[in-house]
Amino acid sequence: MSMEKGLIVRLIENGTVIDHIPPGKGIIIAEMLNLFNQDSVVIIGQNLESTKYGRKDIIKVENRFLKSEEYNKIALIAPNATVNIIENYEIKEKKKVTIPNVIEDVALCINANCISNREPIPSKLYLINRNPLKLVCHYCGYECNEKNIRLKA
Amino acid sequence: MICRWVFIAEGRLKGRDLVSIKDLTREDFEQIFHIAEKMKKEGYSKNLKDKIIGLLFYEPSTRTRLSFDAAARLLGAETIWFAGVEGTSVMKGETLKDTIETVANYVDLIVLRHPCDGAARWAADVTTNRMKRGHKKVPVINAGDGKNEHPTQTILDLFTIKERKGRIDGLCIAIIGDLKYGRTVHSLIYALSLYDCDIILVAPEALQIPEHIEEFMKRKNMRYEKRSKLEEIISIADILYVTRIQKERFPDENEYNKVKGIFRLNKELLSKAKSDACIMHPLPRVDEISTDVDSDYRACYFEQAANGIPIRAAIMSLILGMI
Repeated sequence: MSMEKGLIVRLIENGTVIDHIPPGKGIIIAEMLNLFNQDSVVIIGQNLESTKYGRKDIIKVENRFLKSEEYNKIALIAPNATVNIIENYEIKEKKKVTIPNVIEDVALCINANCISNREPIPSKLYLINRNPLKLVCHYCGYECNEKNIRLKA
Repeated sequence: MICRWVFIAEGRLKGRDLVSIKDLTREDFEQIFHIAEKMKKEGYSKNLKDKIIGLLFYEPSTRTRLSFDAAARLLGAETIWFAGVEGTSVMKGETLKDTIETVANYVDLIVLRHPCDGAARWAADVTTNRMKRGHKKVPVINAGDGKNEHPTQTILDLFTIKERKGRIDGLCIAIIGDLKYGRTVHSLIYALSLYDCDIILVAPEALQIPEHIEEFMKRKNMRYEKRSKLEEIISIADILYVTRIQKERFPDENEYNKVKGIFRLNKELLSKAKSDACIMHPLPRVDEISTDVDSDYRACYFEQAANGIPIRAAIMSLILGMI
């Protein structure tokens, strides 16, 4: 439980803690995961001190566990994030998010005229560079980066 | 020797889709050129007898559709087609996927032109998924997808350059006009990454090549420079590849009006070009090459249009494995 030491927000009994989010991205991730439209308690810490990264955001959400595609979505915004699964106030599992080489139906192509934005088909992007992030559309070849990436709602 | 050639040719393109020029190698180009040249010299055999080619043209076309149709007929194939979506179920809201799923039952090969970027890749995926369900693979040829690519145009462009100049390596190629929306330009640039050329991109800033294509050029270490005036480069280029401003792809007509008619190659300007330069254009033209250039021996845009038949005949024969 050392990660909880000194935090000004309370512990959660069961749920998920998303840690090491770049400052300012916590709200974006919470919105992306649709955490505000649920009954669960959601705690977002912004600009917290981080020994690794200087500053960070953190999200704690009670009684909510992530689906695999949600890990991919988080990785696209916060590539260094860690996801802790909490049970009975203890970290049951700690996972590091990773961007997969093929991202299907998570991020949208930035080209408005791409067939994937015009017809009901799953988007498909390939990872061509992890840092800085660069993805290329399977269909039209358009590239996007961390600044202009569009995530599926 | 002939048998060896057939074996290599079949191995490379047989059963494959032709969606992006990036899917091809220099060796693939050479094979297509070799067969097209042979067909041009020796005539066409009925090697596609009993084959049906589906020509699905969601957008207007003159040269591409008619040369695919003519090439298929010269090879003994039948064609079924639509030109424009009027009269098809697309008007009722049918998706591209459903149209491809349907037409794939009727034909051996699909030639697709579509207004959306990436439509040909999606169509190819649909026929591949269909194959995984136990049907035969119906290859898809991209005959132009939105502002993305037009690979068969590029192959005939390269073939025309090779016929005229005897080589592609070592040439200075100026690509002029609408580099942003011109799909023939995009495919040409991708193809030239396989050759040792100097490329000059001549366009106003608003019509310069898209960022993702410039990134591609940098990754491939292509030698290129950007210019905005045709007059500055006309005397140094071996190839003047002129393109039409793609009015239909501009989101705003005011933007089009700002750049229309920006380049006009006429006989007077042509007098400053190299004596052995090639004036190329994928056609149709509007006013970017004046008609007084047509009679100049350096003009080869109607040769390009003519080469559509042997090149597309060679491509269809190779993909259907009937060489």
